[in-house]
Amino acid sequence: MKYVDEFRDRQLAEGLAKAIRHEANTRRSYNVMEFCGGHTHAIFRYGVQDLMPKNVSYVHGPGCPVCVLPIGRIDHALELSEQHGVTLCSYGDMLRVPASKRRSLLKAKADGADIRMVYSIDDALKIARQNPSREVVFFAIGFETTTPPTAVAIRKAQAEGLKNFSVFCNHVLTPAALKAILGNAEESGSVSIDAFLGPSHVSSVIGSKPYEYFADKYKRPVVIAGFEPLDVMQATLMAIRQLNEGRHVVENQYVRVVTRDGNVKAQTLVAEVLELRSSFEWRGLGEVPSSALRIREAYADFDAEKRFGVTTKPSRDAKSCECPSILRGEKKPTDCKLFGTVCTPDNPIGSCMVSSEGACAAYWTYGRFRQPSSPLEAA
Amino acid sequence: MTVIEARFAKADACLGGAVEMIHGSGGRATAELVRNLFHRHLGNAFLAQGNDQAAFDIGAGRLVMTTDAHVIAPLFFPGGDIGSLAVHGTINDVAMAGARPLYLSAAFVLEEGFPLADLDRIVASMARASREAGVPVVTGDTKVVEKGKGDGVFITTTGIGLVPEGVHISGDRACPGDAILVSGTLGDHGIAVLSKRENLSFETEIVSDSAALHGLVADMVAAVPTIHCLRDPTRGGLGSTLNEIAQQSRVGMRLAESAIPFKPDVVAACELLGLDPLYIANEGKLTAICEKGDAGRLLAAMRAHPLGRDAAIIGEVVADVHAFVQMQTRFGGNRMVDWLLGDPLPRIC
Amino acid sequence: MCLALPAKVLSIDKEAETAVVALGPVKKEISTALLDEVMPGDYVLIHVGYALHKVSSEEAERTLAMIREAGEDAELSAFVEGAAS
Repeated sequence: MKYVDEFRDRQLAEGLAKAIRHEANTRRSYNVMEFCGGHTHAIFRYGVQDLMPKNVSYVHGPGCPVCVLPIGRIDHALELSEQHGVTLCSYGDMLRVPASKRRSLLKAKADGADIRMVYSIDDALKIARQNPSREVVFFAIGFETTTPPTAVAIRKAQAEGLKNFSVFCNHVLTPAALKAILGNAEESGSVSIDAFLGPSHVSSVIGSKPYEYFADKYKRPVVIAGFEPLDVMQATLMAIRQLNEGRHVVENQYVRVVTRDGNVKAQTLVAEVLELRSSFEWRGLGEVPSSALRIREAYADFDAEKRFGVTTKPSRDAKSCECPSILRGEKKPTDCKLFGTVCTPDNPIGSCMVSSEGACAAYWTYGRFRQPSSPLEAA
Repeated sequence: MTVIEARFAKADACLGGAVEMIHGSGGRATAELVRNLFHRHLGNAFLAQGNDQAAFDIGAGRLVMTTDAHVIAPLFFPGGDIGSLAVHGTINDVAMAGARPLYLSAAFVLEEGFPLADLDRIVASMARASREAGVPVVTGDTKVVEKGKGDGVFITTTGIGLVPEGVHISGDRACPGDAILVSGTLGDHGIAVLSKRENLSFETEIVSDSAALHGLVADMVAAVPTIHCLRDPTRGGLGSTLNEIAQQSRVGMRLAESAIPFKPDVVAACELLGLDPLYIANEGKLTAICEKGDAGRLLAAMRAHPLGRDAAIIGEVVADVHAFVQMQTRFGGNRMVDWLLGDPLPRIC
Repeated sequence: MCLALPAKVLSIDKEAETAVVALGPVKKEISTALLDEVMPGDYVLIHVGYALHKVSSEEAERTLAMIREAGEDAELSAFVEGAAS
């Protein structure tokens, strides 16, 4: 696969690893937060950490829209499908996420709810067209990468005069999440994040401009990194260089896709259909202002929150769950009492274990063998 | 034309029709359906007797018996259908004991309203698979459930076979130091089926690898009678199968990603959907575990067979109290190949 | 995060705002509603059935060249340091 395989080349990886070993100053440590779940996945799947010197480590951030969605929103989706009898269309990622009382979309489907997995919101539109007597609701999640398709689909639905289609909107914003993490870090002083690897595909839409504020205000380098392991390594090298030189600017490693302005057409379409919520609850981060989007009044017919009289009820995470600290990069999965004991991918308690991109899930799937054996594993 | 033939001719004509409750009643409608559709395709001396059971002699030796329920959707997919899959699947389960499959049985649960033309296609396919494999379906059953209570058709097949002298193949026999082999490219069946699923469709040349493996197994056992383990990685893929064996044998495994054969279509489709090809179903492949010293000979025997052309040695068994299956990635790092709880789901994140 | 991959545009349907793209040998129909001017032969980043951005071949090659260079420079430095000690 072109532009994929080349960026997974082992020889080039060894070259970059050498360069990093050469340039990383042995007298200090480099803590690089990869904001994006896709980067977490790449690091673990390819074992990128194995190629880094001991003083370079990755801190796994909250860039996983599945992980940061509060239980209350999933309960809301369940209520739509179970009590209002809608056909709920969802991306595969959400199907097994546990909501309140150990329910999930998949379990609801087993109990007879009409829940369908789709690859694209366009598939949900198709279902709506083919079933005019059924109410079809699309469970929209994701950062700025996944938001433009939702905007396009809502416009299409309006243009076609579709009467049975609506969207349950849970789109969230990256810069706000970055602010929340950095803000907390400044207050608590408990985490040292020296630099950020910026998300690949969010940036293809929003451009590199929005990160300039962070690099400037918090005086930390931000290097936008591509999705493949060589991208992650090259971006890490660029971050190390900035730190060594005392610079803190936004650099773009993913130049083959990301530009300073991003995809203006997509941004315009999104702005036409969606607007900022004043505040939104993030699992692990609490209420974050200006961090999420909702559907504009002009498209209210397609807003599932307005169409069906369902409200999101507040919900609470398990007591010993360390997800909030893990999402902020303050703790590692292994620091959590529940990790590997009560909380496993089979029985996820907190948001970090729920999605395969979550820090805990990635650590479990790819990184577990590094641990000394625990009494539970021997059992 | 006799009265009876005329009656059958009429039944033939209703192949344009659908399954009705009356077809499962046990009365003449059932007999006509069985004779006209099932026996027409599957026909052999046993079925022709028209009894509720088949009687036969088998040679001396250890008997192997297996059963499978087939509940797949879609019923028809590139490279096969539920009929051929049922035959191949059960023959393979028998073969994985190193046994020679002898006979099959097939029980059908049909949903009221299921098109008879589709049933005809499925049974014809089943018959073809059975004939090509040389393993006849000697007895069967047909029931009908009300509309809405079945997914078109469910098929349960049972198979028996004979294990040759000196062959002891079992999932608990893997030993540290053993070599792990696979018979060919992985993930073909699962991706072929996925490509036809609504809401996920993509275009690919991949067809299911559904096949009867008893011929390949016979060659393998002839070359290396002391094979320790054989299993076909169906639902759950190689990742699940190796974890099962690791648990049964209380051993660990180390695989080399670059040694595992995958078709480019399967790799690309998995990338697109965010799936790990190690957990995608196969219906015409097997994994074998044997002593290191025998691996070369076993590999040669596999590659000499049409169903083992792409066979490869992909790893080794190691001592490990945790029974972890691990893999060295193409990139040089290490990762776990976990035992998944359920089916992998496509993802967008 | 966002599973997105570069795919080659094989054909376009301007009116329907769709294109058929290929990821390796696998083909899929996707929407081009978020981009202007997509031509067969272009590479685009696809995510949930939509093309999000064009992939620049020149920049891709440049990135690979820089990665290669970084490795070669490191080799050279290690060699020089080794020789000096």
